[in-house]
Amino acid sequence: MDRFISKLLFLAACSSTAILALIALFIFKEGLPIMAKTGIGHFILGKEWAPLSGQFGIYAFIIGSLWVTIGALIFGVPLGVSCAVFLAEFAPPKWVGVLKPAIELLAGIPSVVYGFLGVMWLAPIIREHLGGPGLSILAASIVLAIMILPTIVSVSIDAIQAVPKSYKEGSLALGATAWQSTWRVILPAAKSGILAGVILGMGRAVGETMAVIMISGNATTIPHSPLDSVRTLTANIAIEMGYAVGDHRQALFATGVVLFFFIMILNTVALKFARRKF
Amino acid sequence: MNKISIKGLSVRFGDKAALRDVNLDVYEHEILSVIGPANSGKSTLLLCLNRMVDRIYGSRVDGKLLLDGQNVYSIEDVEELRRRVGIVFAVPIPLPMTIRENILFGPKLKGRLKRSEADHLVESSLKAAFLWDEVKDRLETFALRLSGGQQQRLCIARTLALKPEIIMFDEPCSGLDPISTAKVEEALKELKKSYTMIFVTNNTKQAARIGDRTAFLLMGELIEIDRTQTIFTVPSNKKTEEYVTGRFG
Amino acid sequence: MSRISPKITEKIAKLFLWSAAIFTIGALIFVISFVLAGGLKHISWAFLTQPILDMGREGGILPAIVGTIFMVFVAIGIAAPLGVASAIYLAEYTREGKVTQAIRFGINCLAGVPSIIFGLFGFILFVVMLGFGWSILSGGLSLSAMILPTVIRTAEEALRAVPASYRDVAASLGATRWQVVTRSVLPYALPGILTGVILGIGRSIEETAVVIFTAGSAVQMPTSLFDSSRTMAVHFYILAREGISNDMAYATAAVLIITILVINVSAYTMMHRLTKGRRA
Repeated sequence: MDRFISKLLFLAACSSTAILALIALFIFKEGLPIMAKTGIGHFILGKEWAPLSGQFGIYAFIIGSLWVTIGALIFGVPLGVSCAVFLAEFAPPKWVGVLKPAIELLAGIPSVVYGFLGVMWLAPIIREHLGGPGLSILAASIVLAIMILPTIVSVSIDAIQAVPKSYKEGSLALGATAWQSTWRVILPAAKSGILAGVILGMGRAVGETMAVIMISGNATTIPHSPLDSVRTLTANIAIEMGYAVGDHRQALFATGVVLFFFIMILNTVALKFARRKF
Repeated sequence: MNKISIKGLSVRFGDKAALRDVNLDVYEHEILSVIGPANSGKSTLLLCLNRMVDRIYGSRVDGKLLLDGQNVYSIEDVEELRRRVGIVFAVPIPLPMTIRENILFGPKLKGRLKRSEADHLVESSLKAAFLWDEVKDRLETFALRLSGGQQQRLCIARTLALKPEIIMFDEPCSGLDPISTAKVEEALKELKKSYTMIFVTNNTKQAARIGDRTAFLLMGELIEIDRTQTIFTVPSNKKTEEYVTGRFG
Repeated sequence: MSRISPKITEKIAKLFLWSAAIFTIGALIFVISFVLAGGLKHISWAFLTQPILDMGREGGILPAIVGTIFMVFVAIGIAAPLGVASAIYLAEYTREGKVTQAIRFGINCLAGVPSIIFGLFGFILFVVMLGFGWSILSGGLSLSAMILPTVIRTAEEALRAVPASYRDVAASLGATRWQVVTRSVLPYALPGILTGVILGIGRSIEETAVVIFTAGSAVQMPTSLFDSSRTMAVHFYILAREGISNDMAYATAAVLIITILVINVSAYTMMHRLTKGRRA
């Protein structure tokens, strides 16, 4: 009896890995043929996306994803890490108990709501004050930055709190100010944990779909300035999935393959950092 | 008559030896005190007898352990063995439920109990552990509310509710104050009438007060086992003498 | 050139940290109040209980609410038992080693897979290959794959928080391995496990990309698991994206946000009560 239960539980535990394998299998099975047909080089570096005439190059979308992700990190990382340092080191402990879950709540707000906010509020501001179409890399970056804040803040707080108290006490005992102790002792010690948070946030930014569709403008051309419209890999899939058939649909799955690779690399790197201890 | 017979027992945890070639017998209805400094293998000895040692990763047991002549390691139903050989741990660990539920936890594992049976079991177990008078009006209170000494007696009652043949105590008074200790000891003396008991302690005076016989373990080896009076007055081994007179340990 | 004194650096640094924290919290408050300000005034009993009319320009959102509930049920109905069983295996039935490493790697990677990929996967497997079509069943199954890691992680954490001594005591009283788990571990890990389940519910409700490709976006009231249905999030997305009605979009968003708030707050209080209970 007990042995039977044990086997059953083992099977359950394998389900996640099995699902992951299934996902990879199906995405690859659908996506690889068209990649082979177009040529991987042409598919990834091709600048022309014209499904109706059989042109499948996703270079512009890769660039688009990179731009908005980097933009999100530029806004999100300093803000998120500072916020984490403040909460973990300088705020009264009681605040952390309330504010950390409050910030994690940001992650619970549906991404479509963020997109909506970007369209209704942010894009018009950008259009009026900075020019361009408004729905742009800049708008997407700002919205994504807010969306990845919870991940960065939450993981960073955990990393900072995991640094042994004695490190800081030792530093304070040597006459360092609170800030000096944080800057020179705590942060270096928590570095890899914080980095893991940043990379996880990056993964979220690369993978985010609905908000990005709403605010990035979705132009299929290669952007030249932060005020230009772009289309990301995720957006490309989601926008055209509704009506794509045949080669076109396969090309969208192939876009998924590229995205899948991106994410897996980011995850593996993040896990490496997260596992590192002092 | 031998209730337990241990022959050539060796236990290893990974590459660390915890017990080396221990031979000893436990008689029916006696209290055997087991003394020795920390890390001498006293607790390991207990964990072997009810095979709780199996739960520790990397443990390896060699030798023969006979319970009523039957090899403990050839018993299929480990759970039944653990009911026959009860254990009370060093720290009182009441499960986070009511006093009543704590007592009935073990019996209920075998199936549902009739209300009257359960009531009777709770009362008799608590009485035998000298706790009944203190808690009879609040059986439904959370066990964690009891004092340390009461909690430990509750743990004893919980073990008694299994109707075991042998009860093992692993330094049951180590966390208790002298008054609570006295109460636990009082309970033990009564229990001796109906159970075979093994009593591990690092308090030599307590061992002397309680045990019919006393075994002295050191670094995983059995140095000496004899009548308690003999061990504490004219031990045959010099190390035993040094330990019981408090010269080391 | 003289160095800036540590005292002044300290002041500047603290000022910066303060503003970062205020900005982050401010963003949270802003997002929530922006939506509520635009939406609360359009929420009425009729809005919650009427069918979707004229693509959402008129009527209410009842079918979307029902669709959401159905889909969450399917998703949790699969992810909760599977996730808890996985967690029990990892926390109670095995030791850390090569096998658990592989299992954990799978869980961690799955947690990082973007929702659009789950959408593609669910579309090809459930909608096309298994022939479930765009349906609540397809949507729920895809969602369950997405929330599985969340459920497993929280459940495992909850199981590990139960003191080892409870297991020893139960085993010493003659409990089998399974009895140890069901009688002396699970009851005390339950609040933590429920927290994970609630978080999974929240994730399912807020998700759009997965659902839109697997459950479709029918506006009719769903009557079976094989019916296509839109969730509140999908309904909101379509209203907003296609510019159908801003008022209705705001109102739907407000309902969404309030639901998510309630869910997250209850998950948090449950977790809080758990940690508090452990201290007592």
